[in-house]
Amino acid sequence: MPKLVIIILILLSPLGFASLAQSQNVGLGTPISQAQLSDFDLIAGPDGEGFPEGSGTAFQGKEVYDQKCQACHGANGEGTTANTQLVGGDMQSIESPVRTVGSYWPHASTIFDFIRRAMPADSPKSLSNIEVYQVTAYVLYMNGIIDQNKILDRQSLIDIKMPNKDGFVDMSQQQ
Amino acid sequence: MKKTDLEKAAGNGLINRRHLLQLGLAGLGSGVASSVLAAENNLKIEIPGWSKQPGPGASAYGVRSGHTEFMQRSAGAPNPLYPGGGASRSPLQHLQGTITPNSLHFERHHAGIPDIDPAGHQLVINGLVKQPLVFSYEDLLKYPMVSRIYFLECSGNSRALLGPNPPDGTAQSIHGLVSCAEWTGIPLSTLLEEAGVEDEARWLAAVGADAASMGRSIPLNKAHDDVLIALFQNGEPVRPEQGHPMRLFVPGWEGNVSVKWLTQLKLTREPVQFRDETSKYTDTLPDRSSEQFTFPMGCKSLITSPSGQMSLNRQGVYQINGMAWSGGGSISRVEVSADGGRSWADAAIESNQSEKALARFSIPWQWSGGDAILQSRATDSLGNVQPTREAILADRGRLSFYHNHCIQSWAVNGNGEVRNTYA
Ligand code: HEC
Repeated sequence: MPKLVIIILILLSPLGFASLAQSQNVGLGTPISQAQLSDFDLIAGPDGEGFPEGSGTAFQGKEVYDQKCQACHGANGEGTTANTQLVGGDMQSIESPVRTVGSYWPHASTIFDFIRRAMPADSPKSLSNIEVYQVTAYVLYMNGIIDQNKILDRQSLIDIKMPNKDGFVDMSQQQ
Repeated sequence: MKKTDLEKAAGNGLINRRHLLQLGLAGLGSGVASSVLAAENNLKIEIPGWSKQPGPGASAYGVRSGHTEFMQRSAGAPNPLYPGGGASRSPLQHLQGTITPNSLHFERHHAGIPDIDPAGHQLVINGLVKQPLVFSYEDLLKYPMVSRIYFLECSGNSRALLGPNPPDGTAQSIHGLVSCAEWTGIPLSTLLEEAGVEDEARWLAAVGADAASMGRSIPLNKAHDDVLIALFQNGEPVRPEQGHPMRLFVPGWEGNVSVKWLTQLKLTREPVQFRDETSKYTDTLPDRSSEQFTFPMGCKSLITSPSGQMSLNRQGVYQINGMAWSGGGSISRVEVSADGGRSWADAAIESNQSEKALARFSIPWQWSGGDAILQSRATDSLGNVQPTREAILADRGRLSFYHNHCIQSWAVNGNGEVRNTYA
């Protein structure tokens, strides 16, 4: 009898997730293809993965910006509250550096990725992919990183070297 | 028992924690109160009115006592330029034990709280997997689940203490972006195994179904470790403001990676470099390099009573009480000082569960009407010791403000007023 009790105790004891996962084969996930996710998966990374077709220039993006962004981000990206400044700053300045898209962000891909998923803040995901390329170009242009006629597409966007591209240290495996 | 019998544990009135158990609180409080003899006071104990008429009967959904409604989260005023954005803080100084009531759990939203019908919600796993999968809420409810008690803390918590002048705040206003709950859900590893992770995958991108589609990248070694897809919070479905119908829960790490309203998990080679892991939740050091993916929350503690803006209304023995937690493990020691860190005494620790959960600590303290600076200092099972504010500033500089886990100092003056201070 005590033997049985011990076995039951072992079965009930928290052996950690690994053993739990092994013993479970519920398998209720429905298989799906990447094509079926084309309107759902908005992830666009620095390797160019996930960027849609299309292109745009800053010249075209000014119109989008003036209509849909400047009310919150200011006519020239100077911002209306602390969190909305898009332009300016210098990570090497003597005074405390102002950290913006232009001065701080290491990857241009993040601008596209973020605007497409979250902006304009009062109506996220209302822009077309073309408009996102255009206004991304405009944000880069306001920061003096590209000129106003540069055609921004998947490849040219990820090729952009941001001023602070070497400024970050990945701590994920050091703690 | 007389005051003189209480064994001193450290300077300025700290009493050996063993007396907590031996005396109980009543015994300690009587250090002063019992000197007034019962016959000399005018107390007459009566039957109160509520004992003389029946109250309302059982109800379908409970509410707290109207007498406790002063305990509120503090939420900032809505900002039309940041629709739904902002945070609310837990009223730590009013809470006890180690579990935060769901209605008072802190919040941080980037585009408000989506009103999600679970029947229309989906969780997709794609990217570097053998078979991309989609799960409905109903599907997930059928999986075996585990329950764990974990704290959750925003890495922006306590940043106010890094400013040049001490804010005249409370435990809530300075430190209220931490809470603790029992989270019940499916080990992430179960679903990853079902989809079959490709060998070259190193990171997992998690995305929420809020209007910001908030996303974070998590290294796969953590994802395989103790991460949950949480469906329940303290026994009930996860609250809307905590991610209903499901959130990722990443124990011990900065709250932002526990993505709420979880709708997508994508296996990738490299981090996505989301806006909230580049522009935000990164820290710039004095040499102007910036640290990214600084995930674990530091070893930390905080005295919640007495704490900022409270006042001591009598001299005598108080129970100093507070909370401690660490993203690196369990809390093995909490020391308390009443003289600004010159001498320390060990507090008694009470906790329901060790790893990555809140622990309570307490120690008796005799306040004799003089100035005091109350501090607590936690040590975790990895040997990490909570640093001073000076040490954090010396180490991290003035451009860095996430992950502040410095020692909190509360100054008590001769009138018994308690204020935040830098010591
Ligand atoms: C209703 C106000 C509003 C509008 C309109 C708006 N934004 Fe924003 N934007 C914000 C707020 C608020 C934030 C900060 C969000 C946060 O911190 O979670 C932000 C953040 C950003 C950021 C990231 C800034 C940083 O340094 O992290 C970018 C880039 C951006 N917006 C671009 C745009 C673009 C492009 C448009 C127009 C298509 C736009 N925004 C329209 C309010 C707005």
